[in-house]
Amino acid sequence: MEEGSGRMKGFYLLLVGVAVIGGGVLWYGSQPRAPAPAPNGPLPVAAADGFRGYTMGSDSAAIEITEYSDFECPFCASFATVQMPVVREQLIATGKVRWRYRDFPLPTHAYSRYAALAAQCAGEQGKFWEMHDQLFTNHQWAQTGKNPRGLFRDFARSIGLDLDKYDACMDGQRYAGRIQASVQEGEARGVKGTPSFYVNGRQYQGRSASDDFKALVDSLAKKHK
Amino acid sequence: MIRRQAIVLLALVGLLVATYLWLYKIGVLGELRCGTGSCEYVQTSRYAELLGLPVALYGVAGYATLLGLGLAGLQPGLASDRRVSVLLAALATLGFGFTLYLTAIELFVLHAICRWCVASAVIMTATWLLSLADLRRAPSRTL
Repeated sequence: MEEGSGRMKGFYLLLVGVAVIGGGVLWYGSQPRAPAPAPNGPLPVAAADGFRGYTMGSDSAAIEITEYSDFECPFCASFATVQMPVVREQLIATGKVRWRYRDFPLPTHAYSRYAALAAQCAGEQGKFWEMHDQLFTNHQWAQTGKNPRGLFRDFARSIGLDLDKYDACMDGQRYAGRIQASVQEGEARGVKGTPSFYVNGRQYQGRSASDDFKALVDSLAKKHK
Repeated sequence: MIRRQAIVLLALVGLLVATYLWLYKIGVLGELRCGTGSCEYVQTSRYAELLGLPVALYGVAGYATLLGLGLAGLQPGLASDRRVSVLLAALATLGFGFTLYLTAIELFVLHAICRWCVASAVIMTATWLLSLADLRRAPSRTL
């Protein structure tokens, strides 16, 4: 009987030990850490490498639309998921338009610069647009306020990136200079918010998430039939 | 007795795992430590919620109930009570079914694996098997 109660005592001690250790780990994990990797703080600005943004569509297209966008911006995500498929189908796939994406991470967004970096690091492996689509399609990360490092890594894995190369690129903030150069270019052109569009160098004034943009798409399509 | 002790220990570990995932889901933890898995992809998918509540919260509730029931079943007055075995087996079967559903979502819908979910699945499967063994060995009449 005493042996049994001694065994039970040992078992309860084991339970308490597991609970204390597990609880401690959870408590430690919930403590605030150093700021997330590469938030919108000051970043080392590398010399601009002359990069002018990733493009989609024919090099010989008569029309070029440049988009200044921010991966954390909800309007940009809405545009990318609702309007952009129409643009891709009606204008880009048909060779009428070449689309150029430029980063314009807004300082009010905690992780947009980090997301831009993830897209650039994917671009290094030839998968910029795949990462672009992941970031915009799974946009709930932008509403949580959580550090998206692990999630972006999951995106990188899901689109087939070499994760070692991706990690090295992200940890070294390899394309921070490109992103900053893109921001400076946008500011020089008068970009005030995102998304902003320039059609053959002229600013498009219509609303991006409305039929106005569709009208532009249609008029461009007719003009270049 | 040893089976119920094992169930209690597993339920406690499962409770810690589910609490970890739940704390991430509600924003207390900034990042999941996942290693080679796709934890955050799985945890931020729409399947990580059910009826407006995080799936991990169901795990917390389920494991906490198993833990409480298991601890009660270790008390001298209930150690040989078949009703405890029946309740444990019923609850573990429910949890095991839910685990099968979640694992199927990971494998066939999301095509991504969250190693913490796998840990929970292993814990729940072991709990289920132990609860069946406990039920089989429990006396057919209550004392």
